[in-house]
Amino acid sequence: MVKKLVGLALFQTSVYILYISPGKILNGTAPILSDDFSVYSSPFPHVLILTAIVVGIATLALGLSLVIRINEEFGTIEEDKLFEDEI
Amino acid sequence: MIEHIAAIVVMLPIISSVFVMLIRNNSVNWLISTTASLITSIASIMMYFQISKNGNISYAMGGWEPPVGIEYRIDEFNALFIILISIASFLILLYARHSLVGELKENKISTFYSMYLLCLGGLIGILSTGDAFNAFVFLEISSLATYILISMGSDRRALLSAYQYLIMGTIGATLYVIGVGLIFVLTGSLNLHDISIRIQELELYRPLYASLAFITVGIALKVALFPLHAWLPNAYAYAPSVGTAFLSSTATKVAIYLLIKYLFLVYGYDVVYSNKIFVFVIIGLSILAMFGASLVAIFQSNLKKLFAYSSVAQIGYITLGIGIANHNGLIGSTVHIINHSIIKAAIFLAIGCIVFKTKISDTHELAGLGKKMPVIAILLTISSLSLVGIPGTVGFISKWYLIIGALEQGWWLVVLSLAISSLLALIYVGRVIELMWFHQPEDAINVNSKSLPVEMLAITFILTLATVYFGIDTRLTAGLAEIAVHNVLLGGQ
Repeated sequence: MVKKLVGLALFQTSVYILYISPGKILNGTAPILSDDFSVYSSPFPHVLILTAIVVGIATLALGLSLVIRINEEFGTIEEDKLFEDEI
Repeated sequence: MIEHIAAIVVMLPIISSVFVMLIRNNSVNWLISTTASLITSIASIMMYFQISKNGNISYAMGGWEPPVGIEYRIDEFNALFIILISIASFLILLYARHSLVGELKENKISTFYSMYLLCLGGLIGILSTGDAFNAFVFLEISSLATYILISMGSDRRALLSAYQYLIMGTIGATLYVIGVGLIFVLTGSLNLHDISIRIQELELYRPLYASLAFITVGIALKVALFPLHAWLPNAYAYAPSVGTAFLSSTATKVAIYLLIKYLFLVYGYDVVYSNKIFVFVIIGLSILAMFGASLVAIFQSNLKKLFAYSSVAQIGYITLGIGIANHNGLIGSTVHIINHSIIKAAIFLAIGCIVFKTKISDTHELAGLGKKMPVIAILLTISSLSLVGIPGTVGFISKWYLIIGALEQGWWLVVLSLAISSLLALIYVGRVIELMWFHQPEDAINVNSKSLPVEMLAITFILTLATVYFGIDTRLTAGLAEIAVHNVLLGGQ
């Protein structure tokens, strides 16, 4: 069960990169307000992904706490065993 | 005050959910939750009148003008759903007070109310927002609250079903985000209205269709469209009765709304329906849902699971209307979203009453219930028949529109499968009714001595009455749906 959650986290992280990568402009700098630079990466995807990361953390935390509760109730977190016996 | 009404309906439940979490007194919390949802309902009705008088509301959240800032855009279509969701949750909260005491531990009830309000706020947020990414955030707020609501069920299997739903739901939401990301790269905007204009100028169709596919599959996981429905029966079966009624009448409906919004208001009819594969898949899956889920329901022995599978089948009817996509088909879908909300709330609340008295969970234990609890049995019978769609109930109205819609397209096979799947529904509902009225119980049913609280009975009665009333007088439901479909989805043509 924990491995599944790890996979889920990896999946979400890859989506974050999907967002960030098109915002990058070659030879652009970080989006800082300065007169020296005129080409910079789009800051917009970063802002979005910051939100998405927060959502991802919340999901992961809730998922792991559910796993803990399941372990308390059933004494195992082997998904094959659990779903075979119970549902 | 009145110009901030679009923000109030979203923020009020969310803010009060925080207070409910902090005040750990069950009756005070019940009062806060009920008041909050009552105010939300009243505000949403006011909002509807405002729209029909002055046109659509466009509210810039935090004063940042759209399309850069987050826009809350409310038209006749989503205002209708906001009214539906808020009133349904208000009625269910009235019912909740005694039902929860019977099913949850004392110290969990406050958390339940808090998550209920958070979920409500998230759902209304999805309905009102006009921003693709904001919709994702609200989708996750409501989903996280939903996972907790499900995991609170008294059966320990509730934890497993919540976990199962968490995995599926998160995959769905992440697929949705991929789709939104592709649109963002293509159009450079996240404002749905802005996107819908920029999409018309695009020439690259392949990434556009890819984003359509990601978004459709992502939302379909939340909708529980047929092959993606695996989470739903367990989640409904093991959640507390109040939670089941709430989820079945609101959460999936809001996801369907989001799907309709993307198909018609963002991508637009021309882009979506010029793709024949898409139409074929939607119609095919809907019909499979109608048959497959009904067949499973016929052989299902757990009472709540039976009606959960029937939910999957009914969602098939709604998506069928989306696939038909003409005037009557869409009205059929919209009306069926409303009607199915009312029916399923009535059914699950009636089951909640039965559970309150007897702790029944299997269908065969229902035998002879008609003699023990005649009132609840009559209410459950009426609302179940409404699910089948016999004339004079709401189920009939929506199926009527769907059949007319399919006939206009000349799809005879679809009409035929609508009729046959209604017969299947009659079989599984008939089994429940037969057991309740015409069977002698093997052992006497243990009816406990607690008398059924008046509110629980009254709310179930009101909702059951509504399934009959709106089946005879369709001016309110079908009328509003017709306005919504005509003005918003089809752009007033």
